[in-house]
Amino acid sequence: MAIESRADDEFDVAVVGGGLVGVATAWGLSREGCRVVILDEGDRAVRASRGNFALVWVQSKGLGLAPYAGWTIRSSNAWRGFSDLLKQETGLDVSFQRPGGFHLCLSEKELEARANVLKRLHNQPGIVDYKTEILTHDQVKAMLPDIGPEVVGGSFCPLDGHVNSLRLFRTLHAALNARGVTYLPSHRVEAITREAGEFRLATPHGEIRAAKVALAAGNANMRLAPMVGLEAPMRPERGQIVVTERLRPFLNHPVVTLRQTDEGTVMIGDSKEESVDPSGLTIGVSATEAERAVRQFPLLANVNVVRTWSAIRVMTQDGFPIYDESQTHPGAFTVCCHSGVTLAANHALTIAPMIARGALDASLVAPFSARRFHVQAAG
Amino acid sequence: MIAAADLASSYELVVIGGGPAGLAAATLAARAGVATVLFDENPGIGGQIYRAITSTPVSDRAILGKDYWDGAVLADEAKASGALIANGATVWSLDRQRLVGVSIGGKARVIEAGRVIIATGSQERPFPIPGWTLPGVMTAGAAQTALKAQGLVVEGRTVLAGSGPLLWLLAAQTLRAGGRIAAILDTTPRRNWLQAMFHLPDFALSPYFAKGLALLREVRAKVPVHRVGTIEAVGTDRVREVVFSGAGGTRRLPVDLLLLHQGVVPNVNLANAAGVAHVWNDRQICFVPVLDADFGSSVPGIAVAGDGAGIAGGTAAAERGRIAAIAAVRALRPDSVVPDTQAIRQRLQREEMGRAFLDWLNRPADSFRLPVGDTIACRCEEVTAQQVRETAQMGCEGPNQMKAFLRCGMGPCQGRLCGLTVTELIAAERKTSPDEVGYYRLRPPVKPITLAELASLPISEVERKAVER
Amino acid sequence: MFKRLAEKGPAISITVDGKPVTARAGDTVASALLGAGIDHCRTTPVTGAPRAPYCLMGVCFDCLVTVDGVGSRQGCLIPVREGMKVETQLGRREAGR
Repeated sequence: MAIESRADDEFDVAVVGGGLVGVATAWGLSREGCRVVILDEGDRAVRASRGNFALVWVQSKGLGLAPYAGWTIRSSNAWRGFSDLLKQETGLDVSFQRPGGFHLCLSEKELEARANVLKRLHNQPGIVDYKTEILTHDQVKAMLPDIGPEVVGGSFCPLDGHVNSLRLFRTLHAALNARGVTYLPSHRVEAITREAGEFRLATPHGEIRAAKVALAAGNANMRLAPMVGLEAPMRPERGQIVVTERLRPFLNHPVVTLRQTDEGTVMIGDSKEESVDPSGLTIGVSATEAERAVRQFPLLANVNVVRTWSAIRVMTQDGFPIYDESQTHPGAFTVCCHSGVTLAANHALTIAPMIARGALDASLVAPFSARRFHVQAAG
Repeated sequence: MIAAADLASSYELVVIGGGPAGLAAATLAARAGVATVLFDENPGIGGQIYRAITSTPVSDRAILGKDYWDGAVLADEAKASGALIANGATVWSLDRQRLVGVSIGGKARVIEAGRVIIATGSQERPFPIPGWTLPGVMTAGAAQTALKAQGLVVEGRTVLAGSGPLLWLLAAQTLRAGGRIAAILDTTPRRNWLQAMFHLPDFALSPYFAKGLALLREVRAKVPVHRVGTIEAVGTDRVREVVFSGAGGTRRLPVDLLLLHQGVVPNVNLANAAGVAHVWNDRQICFVPVLDADFGSSVPGIAVAGDGAGIAGGTAAAERGRIAAIAAVRALRPDSVVPDTQAIRQRLQREEMGRAFLDWLNRPADSFRLPVGDTIACRCEEVTAQQVRETAQMGCEGPNQMKAFLRCGMGPCQGRLCGLTVTELIAAERKTSPDEVGYYRLRPPVKPITLAELASLPISEVERKAVER
Repeated sequence: MFKRLAEKGPAISITVDGKPVTARAGDTVASALLGAGIDHCRTTPVTGAPRAPYCLMGVCFDCLVTVDGVGSRQGCLIPVREGMKVETQLGRREAGR
């Protein structure tokens, strides 16, 4: 895969964005027989795919937009097959596991709040029925023997899992490379026009032409979508993660704020700050994450932290995905969401085939059109 | 020893590193009345060049030589200056707001600094040859540290390999201490002379000229020197043999200890994590911070002095520390009397004079910086050169994406032993410059701290709410 | 690999994997291991390869050992203390120690 520009080549689809959403979609498109080009930024790009927490997560999803729960479960269920396909193509194992996951609470107040969220979630009309149990300290301890005495209980959902998301990122890139998909880093898209039935994407290294365009550029979709008659209202936020040295396996289930990777490191995270400065790190936020981690798992107290980082979450204004096709610019699509790991299987196996066919399947993704923002505004 | 709890919540000046730059900076600032703390992670001050200067068991002054013992003056002055000197104090974080995270005896603190002088010096350049991770392979600097700090001298079949002044200095010190060296494998490419000779007149005027010649004579009289183009450390549980090739073909030597050295490079981790801008220096083949005439960095209030500002040696480091300290004093206490910088700058210029010659002469060959095949590039995560090269070919443009794909630079050393190699490998595969490729973006903690230490730090209500929702 | 120039300074008794080792005042854990002729101090968490102190200046993290029950300590930065228990660290560290 050459990284020089391909102004003269013809592509069926230009995928804008080389993060997890972009590469999963591009891989799915390639499987459908499309000639795909991926336009990415460079090494210093603000990249959620390098900073995410790597959960394939179901519990809590869908409060406020019931179809999101079903969409998430669809991806969770497709994930095993997706990872098997990737392994067949590349020999790389992305270490997908679905042992069920926990949300741990450190006070009765937290546990009560947790129970309320789940009750509201599952009482929504039209919500798909999936099991999330509230467990006592003893019930949690039976499954997570190393929890500390301050853990009063938590919630457990058997559909929750996790994956090695950096290896997923690399594996998708390797698979695309093997498929001969054109990957163009340092090709930040500045403008998109539609002329003579094709899209022209302006980049610092020249113009790329393609019959269709899929916008998978994370928060940058807010800038790009209006160029093709679409919209992607975003409200990015910063999250911070703490990661430890490699440890022997001690944790059989992921916790929403703490997981052990297959390599042995422990990731601790899930903070939310308004800032969109990816270079800033708040020590007090890392300290809070560390403090809660030690209360949840006291055996981690002496473990070494090797790195902390912040990343900017891709977040739409209501937190739910946006999948749209343009009315004014036929052939232009948005694929825009938080939870790019969880939803990777859907993007590869469900969204990509729709884009390849040239139309989104309303029965699956109509609830995720950005038109919902206008309905709410009007209402 | 100073405990973490004994530290004030803020100091006018925080100096990080107790080598010549840090000692000189702290001394000057404290004498001018600036409330100064010096954090140094080693058990005693001196840095690497004056390692264990206050405690070395090597009493015969001839062994380590006059240049080493000159450090005693710096150490004495610093101790008498009024600066608070904290040893065993590891700085693990520094940010643009000049908050300094420090850990002493397993307890972490975050200290506010009016100004910061980073004086974390240099480290030996990665020397990625086949087998360089085997026990029995160490850096020449490590052997010198063991000699200075503990009076440990090499024993058994010892081979030194590489290039640069430190290699020859270690050889001389080892011989004076009664140690034996089986061979020196000189990796200096002959063609380096073509570039170096232009700078020979300057070098001839620098203090290093006479010293260098005397060292070479001293060592060559006692140790066979082979000029080599390749080196391989061979063994499974430990190094057993060193295999090298040169004009005389391929040879093997049984070896107990192989000491590697190909010069030193700035230790950039802390400055990089603080957001200090760096630029590629093609003569020294490394990244150096972008600095003004007073060694001030791109981050207001943070200076980088000593070899961390670009390699110039111990005496120059002290002068740089003084210049940075004068700038700090002028900013913090404009009424204080400080020494004349003109004289210091002249001394510094004299010290730096011969550097171009040394840099060009000792410039490591590509084959010792750009490994191939199964040779390990990242020691922590055991990532090979071939993996890095193939991933670059796949379209991975820089070290940060490389880190995500291969985990190189993600281990405990935080890229210190692979950063330059990975950048240069990507540049070679992409046929571009290391400056274009860039370096790892480093994050705190730049040295590991425990989760409990992190958990013990002050937390504001807003910070807590960012997590507990 | 190394011998002591002079047996100076008070002797300090430590144990390495339970065996007694005599160090000297001024030793770090790593230099005590080298002085005692101990060949490797850990195996890597990735492939289990043996490693020994490499840089002795806090940079390489190859001298990581368990000291008094706490794993992953940089041996080259820690002065020895009478009675100190040093253990080689095999592969990944165990949480809780």
